[in-house]
Amino acid sequence: MINNIITKGKAMANNNGRRDFMGKALGGFTALGGLGALYAMKRTWDPLPSVKAAGFTTLNMKEYKEGQLVTEKWRGKPIFVLKQTPATIEKLKKEKPDDLKRLIKVGDAHYTVCIGLCTHLGCIPGFRPEEQDFLCACHGGMYDITAQVTKAPPPRGLDIPPFRIDGEKLVLGEEGPEYKKMLEDGITMPV
Amino acid sequence: MKELKILGVVVVFTLILYWGVEPFAHSQMHKHVEGHDFKYPDLPALKVKGNAENGKALVAACVGCHSIKSQGMAAPMDAVTSAQTYGVNPPDLSNMGALLDEKFFAHFLLDPAKVTKSKHFAMPPSAGSEQDAADIVAYFKSIAPKEISPKEAYETACGRCHANRYDHWTQIGEVPKTKSNIKTGVDLDALAFKKKVGIYENKLADYMGKLPPDLSIIIRARSEQFLETFVEDPQSQLPGTAMPRVGLTKEGYEKVKAYLEKTGDPSKPKREELGPWVIGYFVLFAFLAFLWKKSIWKGHH
Amino acid sequence: MAHFDENARPFSHKWLNERLAVDTLKRVLSTEYWIPKNINFLWAMGMVLAATFGLLLISGIFLLMYYQPNTQLAFDSVNYTIMSEVGYGWLWRHIHGVGASVVFLIIYIHMFTGIYYGSYKRGRELIWLSGMLLFVLFSAEAFSGYMLPWGQMSYWAGMVITNLFSMGGLHLNGLVEWIRGDYVPGQAFLNRFFMLHVLLVPLAIIGVIVLHFGTLRIPHVNNQDGEEIDFEEAAELYKAGKIKESKVIPFNPVFLSKDVFVMGVYFVIFFYLVFYHFEFAMDPVNFDPANPLKTPTHIYPEWYFLWSYEVLRPFSTNIGLIAFAFAQVIFFLLPFLDRSPNVAPASRRGLFKYWFWALLIDMIILTFMGKLPPEGIWSTIGLVAALTFFGLWIALPIITSKEKKL
Repeated sequence: MINNIITKGKAMANNNGRRDFMGKALGGFTALGGLGALYAMKRTWDPLPSVKAAGFTTLNMKEYKEGQLVTEKWRGKPIFVLKQTPATIEKLKKEKPDDLKRLIKVGDAHYTVCIGLCTHLGCIPGFRPEEQDFLCACHGGMYDITAQVTKAPPPRGLDIPPFRIDGEKLVLGEEGPEYKKMLEDGITMPV
Repeated sequence: MKELKILGVVVVFTLILYWGVEPFAHSQMHKHVEGHDFKYPDLPALKVKGNAENGKALVAACVGCHSIKSQGMAAPMDAVTSAQTYGVNPPDLSNMGALLDEKFFAHFLLDPAKVTKSKHFAMPPSAGSEQDAADIVAYFKSIAPKEISPKEAYETACGRCHANRYDHWTQIGEVPKTKSNIKTGVDLDALAFKKKVGIYENKLADYMGKLPPDLSIIIRARSEQFLETFVEDPQSQLPGTAMPRVGLTKEGYEKVKAYLEKTGDPSKPKREELGPWVIGYFVLFAFLAFLWKKSIWKGHH
Repeated sequence: MAHFDENARPFSHKWLNERLAVDTLKRVLSTEYWIPKNINFLWAMGMVLAATFGLLLISGIFLLMYYQPNTQLAFDSVNYTIMSEVGYGWLWRHIHGVGASVVFLIIYIHMFTGIYYGSYKRGRELIWLSGMLLFVLFSAEAFSGYMLPWGQMSYWAGMVITNLFSMGGLHLNGLVEWIRGDYVPGQAFLNRFFMLHVLLVPLAIIGVIVLHFGTLRIPHVNNQDGEEIDFEEAAELYKAGKIKESKVIPFNPVFLSKDVFVMGVYFVIFFYLVFYHFEFAMDPVNFDPANPLKTPTHIYPEWYFLWSYEVLRPFSTNIGLIAFAFAQVIFFLLPFLDRSPNVAPASRRGLFKYWFWALLIDMIILTFMGKLPPEGIWSTIGLVAALTFFGLWIALPIITSKEKKL
């Protein structure tokens, strides 16, 4: 530190050094201003508040019928909502109890609510009511009735959007305790 | 120093140019109109004191057209039907006591068309005597809220004629949040609301002669002086205009102005906050540049 | 045949020199580009213009991210989205609006500096002509840009200026409609002026700036006395270390260091205007959305067009158009109308001194009258000032041919 100051002092005594020092000081200060400008530019690029505010969708869970897949919209993306039948729940309890953790309980019913975009490359998988599964036409990926992946290439089940249970309603875009638990348990990943 | 002399010449000519093109030219184009600080000197002072109890009884007559939401009295008709009947939707009276000048309010009740300086005014004289008028005003003052927000002031004083799209305000209320049909993208609720606004605006434009402008950005489209004198007395700035004199107090006007600044110039506080930093940066920059220049030029002179 | 050393390390100094002649470029354009020492701060106006143009470009880029060139959406895309929703959108808008106005102040200072010191003669004619071409291009850029917010001034300025092309008595209404793409300024008009403002004119400006710099290189920059300097001799002196005796300085770093200081002072003033004093550049009338059925009570162009506007106004349609055309073109002819060979500051050029100040004051008066309502005494003064303008240019060849050789 002291050596640095001595060196700078010696440089100042010699005019060329002073020139260089002032030049560097000015250059550094200019760069500082440049950083400020870059920050403002980055903020201009940010999504607008009205876009971010539109990022909440409320679903009225009473509207859905058992076994019928309905596609809603959240943040421009398709959302699969499927009210599971009691028969499906029983089947899952016996054969794939882990899948039950993927379901959302609202009132007395269980729902599959997930983003309808294949976790492979983003196509919308098709629901097959007879087979009770999902098949993605792009590369042949398959998911079961709770949208858990059953056949490659998708790396994981369909993602579950952040949600908060509000009585009989589900608010997508907000993180309720049930969603936070799903994240902790590794049931789904943050979107 | 020669260079300072040259700088002086450039600065003087620039300032002369600025003066001629801006303050001078504008003073010639817009004659100065003197305001009266919302004191309404053309109206004589009231000779009686109002009694709120008596006023309450008299106010029963008002509810035939007006709502008083704060007292649980709803309007007899919805906004659009009112407009189709009267030309405009009669305002809710809950906040009138907080916004209107007492003297103005009383004289207004005695002869609405004359006091508002309107060519035609849908509301008939609504008080039989100066005492009655003072009593009614006293009543409205008694139910007036202690604090009124800029937005409420705008909605009460201006909002039935002037929309403010930047704050999602239409003459019949805030634009509701609606959802479109996911299969077709058709948003029937939004369309229904737009239709209602359209019917209202058509009727209003017939009644007023033209549609009162949206005031979203009026704060940047007119000078401070113009807006203040215009709201105090529209005829003083635009003779023959259909806009009625509203009768705001000075405080009432300041509240409305605050709302107009919020919708029309929301970046003002940010500008005033960042300004000193950016200018300060360049002052320091110029200083450092001067030092660098001096060190580079050493020995050249 | 260029020689390439295969042992040179890629991207080293030697390697780059073999491929791009970086050392030569540096010498010719920077460290051995000689500028006379006998200059003042007005010589920095060129750089100030380049910096302002840069600010306009950058602020323009960010405005372009959110602007909607649609007659229904344009006004609110600027006055709502950009001004209140976009992070720092208001800052780019203010920089762009103030910059567009201030750039013309600097252009006029730069132009009049050139006229005063005779920097349009003796080898510098092309610098002057390319500079005037830049003035025309900047005018086109300013006009097309002003259309974009689609306010009342935008619309009516568009209406009035395109009507000029009917050429008065020739009634070329078809041409006017062709320019607009419609009977009145509408969607087609807005879109094509958007194209001009964002792509075509900026490209042309950049090209002509390069030309302007190119035309400057050989004749070199002028000096306060108009002295013809032997740049080779002065350069040798400087390189020998006799920096005090030499009449020149290198562009980089000596001239540049003064430039940067002047720019620093300029930016203090510029940003003061951006943050606190911008109505001269962002006229309230344009904050009323365009209304094809109502002309504003007071209609006027931006301040830098006012002198031109006033030259046209006092006369009947056809004469006005001719006068207007004359005013646009006459400045290009300056190098050829000035018949004197003297390259010297106006103060030493006899009658030309009076000519210079008369022209400057006359143009300021024209500017004032262009803004004032065309009534009463203002009309009269405007007419006299317009006639004086023509008189001055007609007198120029006469008084300069009589000028004593210095």
